[in-house]
Amino acid sequence: MIPPNYFLILSVVLFVLGAIAFFIKRDLITMFMSIEIMLNAANLAFITFARSANSPDGQIIVFFIITVAAAEAAVGLAIILLIFRQKKTIKSEDMKLMKG
Amino acid sequence: MTEIFWLIPFIPAASTLILAVFGKKLPKKYVSFQACLAVFASFVISAISAVGLLQTAHGNYPLVKNLFSWIQAGSFQVNLSLMFDPLSAVMALVVSGVGFIIHVYSIGYMADDEGYTRYFTYLNLFTFSMLILVMASNLILMFVGWEGVGLCSYLLIGFWFEKHSAANAGKKAFIVNRIGDTGFLLGILFIFIHIGSGEFTAINEAISGGAISVGLATLIAILLFVGATGKSAQIPLYVWLPDAMEGPTPVSALIHAATMVTAGVYMVCRMNLLYTLSETAAQVVALVGAITAVYAATMALTQNDIKRVLAYSTISQIGYMFIGCGVGAYAAGMFHLYTHAFFKSLLFLAAGSVMHALSGEINMKKMGGLRKYLPLTYPTFLIGAIAIAGVPFFSGFFSKDAILTRAFAQGQYSAFYYFIWGLGIMGAVLTALYMFRLIFLTFHGEERLDPEVKKHIHESPKIMTIPLVILAFFSVGAGYIGLPVVLGEKLNFFGKFLEPVIKEVQEVHLSIQTEWMLIAIAAVVAFLGIFIAYVFYIRSPLIPRNLATRFPTIYKLMFNKYYVDEIYNAVFVKPTIKGSEIIYDNFDLKVIDGAVNGAATATGFAGKILSYFQSGLIKDYALIFLLGVIIFLAYLLF
Amino acid sequence: MGYFLFFLLAALTVGAVLGMIISKNQAYNAIFLILAFACMGGLFALLEAPFIAVVQIIIYAGAIMVLFIFVVMMINVRSGIPAEKKKWIIYLSPVLAVVLIIELILSIKGAFTLPVSTAIIKAGPTDLGRLLFTKYLYHFEITSILIIAALVGAIVLIKKKEKE
Repeated sequence: MIPPNYFLILSVVLFVLGAIAFFIKRDLITMFMSIEIMLNAANLAFITFARSANSPDGQIIVFFIITVAAAEAAVGLAIILLIFRQKKTIKSEDMKLMKG
Repeated sequence: MTEIFWLIPFIPAASTLILAVFGKKLPKKYVSFQACLAVFASFVISAISAVGLLQTAHGNYPLVKNLFSWIQAGSFQVNLSLMFDPLSAVMALVVSGVGFIIHVYSIGYMADDEGYTRYFTYLNLFTFSMLILVMASNLILMFVGWEGVGLCSYLLIGFWFEKHSAANAGKKAFIVNRIGDTGFLLGILFIFIHIGSGEFTAINEAISGGAISVGLATLIAILLFVGATGKSAQIPLYVWLPDAMEGPTPVSALIHAATMVTAGVYMVCRMNLLYTLSETAAQVVALVGAITAVYAATMALTQNDIKRVLAYSTISQIGYMFIGCGVGAYAAGMFHLYTHAFFKSLLFLAAGSVMHALSGEINMKKMGGLRKYLPLTYPTFLIGAIAIAGVPFFSGFFSKDAILTRAFAQGQYSAFYYFIWGLGIMGAVLTALYMFRLIFLTFHGEERLDPEVKKHIHESPKIMTIPLVILAFFSVGAGYIGLPVVLGEKLNFFGKFLEPVIKEVQEVHLSIQTEWMLIAIAAVVAFLGIFIAYVFYIRSPLIPRNLATRFPTIYKLMFNKYYVDEIYNAVFVKPTIKGSEIIYDNFDLKVIDGAVNGAATATGFAGKILSYFQSGLIKDYALIFLLGVIIFLAYLLF
Repeated sequence: MGYFLFFLLAALTVGAVLGMIISKNQAYNAIFLILAFACMGGLFALLEAPFIAVVQIIIYAGAIMVLFIFVVMMINVRSGIPAEKKKWIIYLSPVLAVVLIIELILSIKGAFTLPVSTAIIKAGPTDLGRLLFTKYLYHFEITSILIIAALVGAIVLIKKKEKE
């Protein structure tokens, strides 16, 4: 039985990595992917607590998170496609319409 | 039946509201009809209530009706409550009665004026304020009425506001009034501190119960009197009244002769216990009144504007009323107020009639010999002049005589009062003199009319002359309800009526011979003045001019009103204006505007800086987000 | 045995994510991510959540990442995206990362001492299904509406351009 601490630490590390990736990367698609990483880190934490609290509710929540992430990915990618069609670029520095 | 007395002020108030809101859309005839009707209704109710008072037992005075609890702040309580007692009854009757007559006269006088509706609205508003003033049962509500009439005075003096002089005159009246009000308010303040209530019944109880020391009473009485000098145009705050003649003549008649300027006298009579208690204050009142009476009369002697003569005459006559109050003859002072209302408003309205006939001419040097052309105005004017001069059997005689007799009688205690009496007699001579100078210059002698004006001369329409006749009738007959005591105590109805309110000071008795002698002196003095006027202006018209050339300095002083206006201007007005300008430049513009503009600039600047953060890039936003999370977590953890 | 698996999977996951961060090619990023998700699935299985593990692999690694790869191929950026121009971000990120990790671990310190139950939880499809349809019924229904909305939204977003 692996103590949940390890999993939690791993979850934290993954989350932070995903957050940092969001800043470093300059193309939209990879930024989007880093969001998925963050979601997964959260999933890991949920499952860990589900196990340590002996309750399947945590897993149900993860279930929903996965579902919602899927929906969000679909729509987000559609938007990225549209942006690319408009601007012919996916560099995030070019999305400056809200400046000022 | 007296229960409805509280309606008296509110009927004109309702009329004012209606005229103010709907006035523009109502036909002119209706406007004046409603205005006059409102005042007439007040008069009827006043009369009914007064009659009811006569039948009520003395112990039930005064009738108080508390309408509304206005201010309640701990122990400081002010109610909107009206009261009705003989003193209020007299004032209410005078205000509404003479007011009604003047309203009717105005229908004719202002017939061609554009501001017809506005005029009647203001007049009704004035009537309401004045009635509140005289029927208030506490000092604060009276002060409300006091300010209300001040406001209406401003509005009506500056009625033709496009004329610069009229607008300035209105401002002057209001500002000078306000200066007096400072004293008044201080007096009210002291009363509240020491007595705890502004209600007249409470004040009278406190005074008769000995709760006020003589020194304190003196202070309060003098402070209140300062307010009275402002409102009633005595020295030193009289300067607004002559300028107030810029307003329409009926306004001068109503406000500046019969009612508003007498508010100070009313106030002193209302607070008579206070002035009785403090002999010093009463002497101050008498002295100021007496000096003003003579001083104003001298200025009236040299004026050429017919209305200004009457204005100075008013100042002088009010001085007499204050003499009456100051020597302890409050009832006599009120009596003079009452008779003066009739003959002074008659004089003003008749003067208005003359001006109307001469298409607006006010300079007496351009009049003369008008008695052939104005068959109704001349006799009524004459009756008014005779009454004010104090000729026996006319109303002015009885009231003036009552005051002077009392002054002389007080002389037994102190020679001061003989001095007052002397000033009073001198004033009486001057009164007759300037009044008949006016009559002779205007109606007799050679005609000095402008040929254009002469072509259009006409007697005034009936709606203006009938009020003149009514007032003339009262100028003669009104005095008979207050016959001198020497003819019998019982005949002094007026004094008896006011007895419950005016606790008469020590009864002073003179021997019968002295009293008859005083009456004789008063009569002689009146005729002396008329005779001198006759000599100067009819028989040898060159005498006045010679006197003027022989004593040029004195003449110049009198003609220029002793340069008081100029002195006030230099000492008070100019520095105030200069000071305001300095403050405006340095404080208003720099500090206040600077602060406001500075706030705007700072905000703009901050916004500009903050806008650097809005780069439009999600990454930057996310970075800041993350930094915020880090900082927040740090704060929570440590 | 369990520990060995754990460390292996954990290292793989972190390595994949790091690789994703370093690589500049979107296709490579996607592949790295698939690897990461698969390892996550393994971790879930280690945590006695078999159903979720399988769901993770099927949906996340299988469906979502395929979507990503589709889009990457459609966008097809020829020249790679150059590295970050502003150097200070490159030096700031590790610092921020470390700071954030430390802070988060400190925040959840309290959870380290929670009692861990050793019972085997029932987390098979039957059990989860039963829960879904009873306790979490509303959530389920609403999520399905959400999916429909996403479906319709995605189609509408893309389709509009073509009509004109």
